Amino acid sequence: MAKLILLWLKCILLCATVEAVFEDQVGKFDWRQQYVGKVRFSHFDTHVQSSKKVVVATERNVFAALNTRTGELFWRHVDKAGSEGTIDALLQHGQDAVLVVGNGRVLRSWDVNVGGLNWEIVLDSGSFQSACLVGQQDMVKHVAVLKKTAISLHYLSNGHQKWIENLPDIETVDYQAVYSDGNGEVYVLGVVPHSHIAIVVYSIEDGEIIKQISVEAPWLSNIQASCVVVGQGMLTCVDSAAMSFYMLDVHLQLQMTQIPLQSLALEVDPGFNPVLLSHQPNPARQPLSEFFLQLGPDHYQLLQLNDGQIVTMRDFKPALLVSFATTGEKTVAAVMSPKNKTACSVNLFSADTGRRLLDTTLIFNMDPNGGKPEKLFVQPFLKKDDSVGYRAMVQTEDHTLTFIQQPGRVMWTREEALSDVVTMEMVDLPLTGTQAELEGEFGKKADGLMSMVLKRLSSQLILLQAWIAHLWKLFYDARKPRSQVKNDITIENLSRDEFNLQKMMVMVTASGKLFGIDSKTGSILWRHYLDNVPSNAAFKLMVQRTTAHFPHPPQCTLLIKDKDTGLATLHVFNPIFGKKSHVTPPALPQPILQSLMLPLMDQDYAKVLLLVDDQYKVSAFPSTKNVLQQLQEMASSIFFYLVDSSQGRLSGYRLRTDLSTEQIWEVVIPAEIQKIVSVKGKRPNEHVHSQGRVMGDRSVLYKYLNPNLLAVVTESTDLHQERSFIGILLIDGVTGRIIHEAVQRKARGPVHVVHSENWVVYEYWSTKSRRNEFSVIELYEGMELYNSTVFSSLDRPHAPQVLQQSYIFPSSISTMEATLTEKGITSRHLLIGLPSGGILSLPKMFLDPRRPEIVSEQSREENLIPYAPELLIRTEWFINYNQTVSRVRGIYTAPSGLESTCLVVAYGLDIYQTRVYPSKQFDVLKDDYDYMLISSVLFALFFATMISKRLAEVKLLNRAWR
Amino acid sequence: MARLPPFKVALVCAVLFVVCTDFVCCNNGRRVGDTLETEFSGFSVPLEHSFEVDDVAKFRVRGALVLKAGREPSVSLSQNQLSEEDRTKLKEVAAVDGLYRIRVPRVFLQADRQTERQMEGYLTAFVRACAMVESHLSDVITIHTDVSGYLIGVSIVTLPGACRGTEVEDEVDLEVFNTTLSIMAPVNAPGPETALFLERMEQESEKKGKNPQEQKSFFAKYWYLILGGAIFLMVSNSAQPPAGGGREQS
Repeated sequence: MAKLILLWLKCILLCATVEAVFEDQVGKFDWRQQYVGKVRFSHFDTHVQSSKKVVVATERNVFAALNTRTGELFWRHVDKAGSEGTIDALLQHGQDAVLVVGNGRVLRSWDVNVGGLNWEIVLDSGSFQSACLVGQQDMVKHVAVLKKTAISLHYLSNGHQKWIENLPDIETVDYQAVYSDGNGEVYVLGVVPHSHIAIVVYSIEDGEIIKQISVEAPWLSNIQASCVVVGQGMLTCVDSAAMSFYMLDVHLQLQMTQIPLQSLALEVDPGFNPVLLSHQPNPARQPLSEFFLQLGPDHYQLLQLNDGQIVTMRDFKPALLVSFATTGEKTVAAVMSPKNKTACSVNLFSADTGRRLLDTTLIFNMDPNGGKPEKLFVQPFLKKDDSVGYRAMVQTEDHTLTFIQQPGRVMWTREEALSDVVTMEMVDLPLTGTQAELEGEFGKKADGLMSMVLKRLSSQLILLQAWIAHLWKLFYDARKPRSQVKNDITIENLSRDEFNLQKMMVMVTASGKLFGIDSKTGSILWRHYLDNVPSNAAFKLMVQRTTAHFPHPPQCTLLIKDKDTGLATLHVFNPIFGKKSHVTPPALPQPILQSLMLPLMDQDYAKVLLLVDDQYKVSAFPSTKNVLQQLQEMASSIFFYLVDSSQGRLSGYRLRTDLSTEQIWEVVIPAEIQKIVSVKGKRPNEHVHSQGRVMGDRSVLYKYLNPNLLAVVTESTDLHQERSFIGILLIDGVTGRIIHEAVQRKARGPVHVVHSENWVVYEYWSTKSRRNEFSVIELYEGMELYNSTVFSSLDRPHAPQVLQQSYIFPSSISTMEATLTEKGITSRHLLIGLPSGGILSLPKMFLDPRRPEIVSEQSREENLIPYAPELLIRTEWFINYNQTVSRVRGIYTAPSGLESTCLVVAYGLDIYQTRVYPSKQFDVLKDDYDYMLISSVLFALFFATMISKRLAEVKLLNRAWR
Repeated sequence: MARLPPFKVALVCAVLFVVCTDFVCCNNGRRVGDTLETEFSGFSVPLEHSFEVDDVAKFRVRGALVLKAGREPSVSLSQNQLSEEDRTKLKEVAAVDGLYRIRVPRVFLQADRQTERQMEGYLTAFVRACAMVESHLSDVITIHTDVSGYLIGVSIVTLPGACRGTEVEDEVDLEVFNTTLSIMAPVNAPGPETALFLERMEQESEKKGKNPQEQKSFFAKYWYLILGGAIFLMVSNSAQPPAGGGREQS
């Protein structure tokens, strides 16, 4: 019994090699950035004059309030991802914000001040069309929600449904819009495409149909796209085919009057669909009688409806964006027009008169590495002299939010593109100038003794100079109060630290914007927007040249591939500065099937990238003579594989000397039974320190370390819970040999796989037991190695031993990755992103198929944990303590210069960077290490020996005299 | 090494049925084209090979695989000797480090009729020709099936697998294939072992129950500690002089 207890204690001690942070370490080497995504709806909180909030609802299903002074989040609510959480509409009244979520599934009201939920109700099913606030006698008390088949009215105070009415003639009429102007009626506007408009008028009190009328409109197909309500309930539509306005009074509903655009001397740009923009400052009042007509991509016209007649007020050309805004009783129109190539100017115009307001110009400087402005939100306010001042929030194509104050001071920017990071890499920072100078000395060719000596002296002099400058700076800074000493990190003073813990994070986002982020502080050092990225692009980021090859600049290559056509482009850039490289990438006229980085380098130390097109022809980048020659020499040992998951075909190819390819193996998994969902190789920069595991009896079990091994995961097409299964195939990527083939029965995806060293860990959903399960496969060569010096897939005839074990995991997971360290000595952990926002660091030791069912002396000797079917989640395993990372999409791990330390970046809606120490910090002294004590002890010992030596001498002398 | 004269090496076919995997050693076979289906109540598909100096695959029949469907699928192989011409060619290919490829057609084992079995396409694998030569044609061919009985892949390795550049002088070594053949179906991956674990836990708790020392209550076990603690507290309380206010003033 005592032995068992001891064993458990041992286990606990072993497991306690945990990286839970101490309280004073919080934020010391980790940081988190929270994002909201691309803004869909936005409202400035205006019910209090001094309010600093802007409320945004975004495409990433986030509802948040931003501080207009700093750009920080006041609060944020993250809804379900996908269509279930889509925010369909945002209506704001006072301090309440009403949201329609999930295609009309839920109606919610939030308190804007504190971000608390006022109420939430589930709406009847039916697809959402439109919503509006309904007011009566200057009081807004209701919200109307229009669905495909019914309209309902809810109280704004508690969400209770006042009434719900089915819409008439839903078979023919497509109801699209709802409108109210505070006269006790709700107007539902529908259209029978290319036939007529149907208007149904409901009474607010009881939902009774007051009127129901249809008006001929054979040219109309979509109300929301081409119509607005202007002035005293005048439905105004613009038809691009007939180039004319159509107007209809919704109160009288007689017939549509047609006003040709030509009669107003207006001309629409060819091929452009004119768009109308109106403004209703208060839902209990009528909309403004002024409205905008967009005539071309950069051409707007301000118009006014005056006694049923349309009057032109002002022409804006060129104008990029326009927007109405109201403060108090004043409504202004903000117009953004291009000033020059790099700047835009925003001006305010009085909506009533169309006159430009004095001193309202605001200059918006466009980032040359950013996109064009896309949306303009204006926050006007009344100054003391009753004139209108304003601030503007601009969203650009690259999803950047910029908040500007007059006359053009940028108060803050938010890079919302970072809410959707697709892939990333970490690149070492360059050496400082002096370090590089020293390095350069060794790199250069020797030319004579004398010049070498001079060179050495000069570089020593430079070092001395730098050291003195450093001392001077220290001295200078020491006199200043501490708060003033800033260590701002800019691109200029970036340099590698002693242990290479600070790196450049190169992040690629779905919008096509690239970022360079300092991993220590999280500050964005460079950004670059690629404006020709297709919306369905797949990205692959590769580091072709690291910073180790001074004076050659580091080089990254981004492969951007259109998923539909397969056509790809390359973007080559410097990962430290973000600048596009002067190296011209090859044009790729053919669809690309596969890309692979070879360990070969050209004479400039850039690794060779091979691209395989759909004709199975290979092109190299860079394709210098040197590279081609090397490729010819190496051709017979360059193999690659292609996966066609639609047909279940895995095929292997070999390069020929003329850069054509030949197929050498083929494995076909029938696609009608199971489909390939993921193929995982190993990371090329992974090191495995120990070749084997020492067993209890001191023999060695050698690992099967095949760098070419692929883990192929398939899911059955039959989803019935009794018959569904998951297949795991381990295939050698060079020879196509199936090393292991296993089937997990009664299991379903999504499957998350990590493949590293000699193991594969995967997670799946067990349909039989209705739980998440982990399974681990480990491969061993056996008690002796076949060929210990080098691994070749072509010469490894014996199949490895396969061990497998499974465990129950108490949570579903979002993503999974393994830690990575410089030399692979440190034990491995699995980093698991949970849907709850935690990032769990699970020691690989728990996922070990050699965990014994029955404890024996040998397994104890080996420190194996006895098998327990359930993997527990310990709270101290969460590496991000309370820093929740929403919607984790991926985890990136990179080794640092310290063997004990692994850098971790988790990205999703948020970005979280930290370090983990899977085997504790065995190579680092603690922060609170007592240098004083140890040095004083040393000195004391030293003096004690000196003194005692002297005393001993004296004593000896005395004895000799005696 | 025992070298059998070419004429005597006929009709030796040992079939070993092992659970799950079946190893078949075929020293030599009969002429391809002999109908075998009747004998084995399985069906035969050709095993083809190709080795060309210019590495453009030209597949020719090497032998016939006889596949037997059922719960435990089995396979056997009958194959020809290499002809004089082929032997020299194989050596030539080995000299230029060419490939020795094999292929089998995709088939579905569980189908009843021949027409349903055959599917479009082939499964291919390769080994370096020099390894084939240096191993004296001793190869290990494994055929993989999926859960439902489709052939999904074939693999070939030679034993030994290395190319050391040793010359194979005797032509006789390259006449007869020494093939180890097996068919592999996917293994069932284990689920979490809850039953055994629970059993073990029960056993442990039973053990605990039997041990009377473990059954004692908390107070029964540690009464002396608690008593000692209590006495210590009492003594220290009574010994302390009541000097609360005095200290604050000083």
